[in-house]
Amino acid sequence: MTITTWSRHLLIGLMLVAAILAPVGQGNYITYVLTSWLIFSIAAMGLNLTLGYAGQVSLAQASFMAIGAYSTALLTLAGWHWMLAMPVGLVLCFVVGLVLGYPALRVQGHFLAFVTLAFNTLVFLVLRNEDWLTGGNYGLMGMPRPDFGIFKTMRQVDFYYFTLVVTVAAALVMWAIVRSPWGRAFKALRENPIRAESLGVDTRRITLLAFAIGSAYGGLAGALVTSLVQFIEPGSFSLVHSLRILLMVVVGGAGFFFGPFVGAAVVILLPEVLRFTEGYYLIIYSALVIVMLAFVPNGLLGIGAVLRERFWPSRQRADMAQGAKLK
Amino acid sequence: MSQFLQVFLSGLATGSIYALVAIGFTLLWQAAQTVNFAQGEFVVVPAFFVLVGLHVLHLPLWAAVALALVLSLLVLGYLFKKLVVGPILPAGGISLIIATMALGILLKESIKEFYGAEAQPFPALVPQDPLNLFGAVVSMQDIMNLLISLGIVVLLTQFLNRTRTGRCMQATAQNPAVAEILGVDVKRMVLYAFLVNAALAALASFLITPVYLAKFSNGETLGVIAFIAAIVGGFNQIRGALAGGLLIGVLDNLTATYVTAEYRAALPLVLLIAIILLRPQGLLGTSEGRTV
Amino acid sequence: MNRKSFLAMSTAILFSVGVAQAQDPVRIGIVVELSGAGAPAGTNWRDGIKIAVDEINADGGILGRLVETAEYDTQTDPQTSRALVQKAIDEGAYAIWGTIYSGSTLVNMLVAQQNEIPQFVGSESPAIVDKGNPFVFRTSSGAQKGVPALTPYFKDTLGAKKVGIAWVNNEFGKGGHDVFAAEMAKVGIEVVADVSSEQAQTDYAADVARLKDSGAEAVFVYMNQEESARFLIEARKQGLAMPLVGEVTLTEAKVIELAGGAAEGAIAHVGLTATATQIEGIAEFAAKFEQSFNRRPTHDAIKGYVGAWATKYVTEMVGEFNGAAFAEKMKNLCLSVAEHPRMLLDTCWDATGEMSRPSFMVQVKDGSPVVIGTVPAN
Repeated sequence: MTITTWSRHLLIGLMLVAAILAPVGQGNYITYVLTSWLIFSIAAMGLNLTLGYAGQVSLAQASFMAIGAYSTALLTLAGWHWMLAMPVGLVLCFVVGLVLGYPALRVQGHFLAFVTLAFNTLVFLVLRNEDWLTGGNYGLMGMPRPDFGIFKTMRQVDFYYFTLVVTVAAALVMWAIVRSPWGRAFKALRENPIRAESLGVDTRRITLLAFAIGSAYGGLAGALVTSLVQFIEPGSFSLVHSLRILLMVVVGGAGFFFGPFVGAAVVILLPEVLRFTEGYYLIIYSALVIVMLAFVPNGLLGIGAVLRERFWPSRQRADMAQGAKLK
Repeated sequence: MSQFLQVFLSGLATGSIYALVAIGFTLLWQAAQTVNFAQGEFVVVPAFFVLVGLHVLHLPLWAAVALALVLSLLVLGYLFKKLVVGPILPAGGISLIIATMALGILLKESIKEFYGAEAQPFPALVPQDPLNLFGAVVSMQDIMNLLISLGIVVLLTQFLNRTRTGRCMQATAQNPAVAEILGVDVKRMVLYAFLVNAALAALASFLITPVYLAKFSNGETLGVIAFIAAIVGGFNQIRGALAGGLLIGVLDNLTATYVTAEYRAALPLVLLIAIILLRPQGLLGTSEGRTV
Repeated sequence: MNRKSFLAMSTAILFSVGVAQAQDPVRIGIVVELSGAGAPAGTNWRDGIKIAVDEINADGGILGRLVETAEYDTQTDPQTSRALVQKAIDEGAYAIWGTIYSGSTLVNMLVAQQNEIPQFVGSESPAIVDKGNPFVFRTSSGAQKGVPALTPYFKDTLGAKKVGIAWVNNEFGKGGHDVFAAEMAKVGIEVVADVSSEQAQTDYAADVARLKDSGAEAVFVYMNQEESARFLIEARKQGLAMPLVGEVTLTEAKVIELAGGAAEGAIAHVGLTATATQIEGIAEFAAKFEQSFNRRPTHDAIKGYVGAWATKYVTEMVGEFNGAAFAEKMKNLCLSVAEHPRMLLDTCWDATGEMSRPSFMVQVKDGSPVVIGTVPAN
């Protein structure tokens, strides 16, 4: 441990203060972008659980956002309060995650990736074609932002703080999950699957649970997106957006707790910074991603580990090495 | 009846295009452990090399095509391996997947910025005359695409099974460590895999772009369909890619004509899920480990 | 200090501020699709605006202030476009020029409306003028105005009793499809084939086969550029004999370039076309565009051009840079081409922002769209 617990807590505290002060004095647009960053951090956190902790690639996170977004939208348009509508979306995503993951994980590890790829596009098609329910190509618009009586969230800044509270709550729940026996089982699974199984960890059940919880986080992010943009349409939840969220997790550092926040910041804020380059920013951006992956494949938070290895290489027992097999 | 024949034959023609893209994808996956999410863009780029040769350098058609082939081998084969796959593969498959995704975006946006956002017409390398077969119309191009796909599968299978180099590539695919011990130049075999993929992508590009029209965004759907075709057909057999491609092409057309046009895009996806759940090795795949 | 010097000083300050203001450029945001699926449309819109802004600034700008534009690429994503309209407004835009894709416009126009910023859009979806937004103005007729111009063509000129519709399943295609289907129902023409296709679809064999077998006497084709081209190629290949009639996109220069000989004979109703060169302003614009950008302008370029010039004309009629006053002035406003030559044609807007203008029927002959008839403004 290079960073002591005390300094780690200080860092978290500072980040929280920075997050609270961030929108002060900024225009609506910057506040909007910051809120978007928080929302995608939640989605990325969910995917991080699936990918970083349980080692499964899910390419459907955007479709879970869609499920959360559309269910929340339909319910809030029918008059429900957001706080009641959101859990419906969460539960729906969790259940769908279980149903989707169960047969896919039964077969062999990597097939979840393909099944989620197909699922994402299927969800897009249903949203686009069933316009009696979803508004089809035109989507749904005019969703109200949550109103808590004394605290209304119509203004961009107020909605930002509301989202910040939700994000912190979600992060705390995630922290509890990771610290719990389940969470330790995930880590064991990731480090050395054979050893974990020999110690009695039910690989399949744990992985399925991770996927379902990760999907529920996607649903939460979707419920927030509905209120942020007050307009949703199928194109915002297509496969390319799932790939974006995957990018956030990998760039930030899969398996690191704060990886999603860093990754989401890079994926959402870097294009803003590069916007002055006009048409070239996507080219620069994708080139940077490739370079980053070549030098720091564990993501940005993995830079610490990379530097440590260079200057203080650790010595490892051969049979404890990752992927050690009894062949 | 002639309607059925029409859509069936057109489906075979489209399917053979998907197969061409899927074959290289399978090869790379098996021989070099590289899941190439930029495969769709790999099939778009050579066409633009040709257009640059024609309109910027003012070369005659065959010179432009030759130039495009050489550039494809260099950029999509050698440079791809050296600059992207080489450094990132040791870090794990997921990082490489993301890197190829980013590469796809890089290629796509570069075409858009440096050449143009609009679709461009592309000269046909093969005659396009229509032929009438029992009331259905197919073009020479369609038949050529089908024959070339079949030919490639046969040639590649022969190469991999009958020649020494081909068998070395298979050995590298199955167990690189042992192959190295036995004297196979593993690095070179892997390079060959990349070069073959680049050549296949270039060939696919020259054949399909007259029909698809050259546009920077063509790669998106093409990449996903090729991916699905490879898995559905069986990703450890080259002929699996052909079978998968043809199947998807035909079923897509039949669905659109007789069942539903709005959900036609769902078909390959449902097929993918069904295959994974029921027969994960694919239709023609074998359930043993890695072969090519 | 005494009153006299106070008055003198404040006058001096106000004067200098006034002078400084007169030299401040007026900022206008071009929020449009510069990447993604909408890139061809958006880049043309922007380039048409560039020509207009050069002309406006050569003319002294708007009310003495030079026009300074800032480009915002929406990436053809509605949510991004909404955020960028907000950004443009935060950065001091007086007006917004864009977006084109109806899905984006429906979303981002709310932001412009809330901030009382006039917005000229290139979208054609009927829904845009249905929302009671007084700050959104079209630069071309919406589908609900354009498509009905085809009804007499189908009914009287073609004498068709059964028709087919081939349309692309996005918000653009659906808008046109719904209007056309309603029009056919009104005049008792039966729609025997309703064939939807996907954006970026490449294989139209199934679509054409269905139309061929349906017994339709004419087909209404409503798709984006490449899709139209590929459809025409397949139709020619399978020998689809009946007339193919479209709205705006089917006979565009790009479609003809891509489809080659297969485009021969296609007919479309178009609002403004760069090929209607018998109209002087259009010929001049097309020549300038081709000289600057080495390619011919599409109707999106003309839309951008017209929107920019309309902003100048109307602002000068209002006399100040006031969004609310601008919106008020635009209601039921007509700009005749005699007094406002850069509008290219007599143009009128109604109280909802919908545009009314004479239009043309064109047919592709020998590889070029040729005007075969004019349709008065409706």
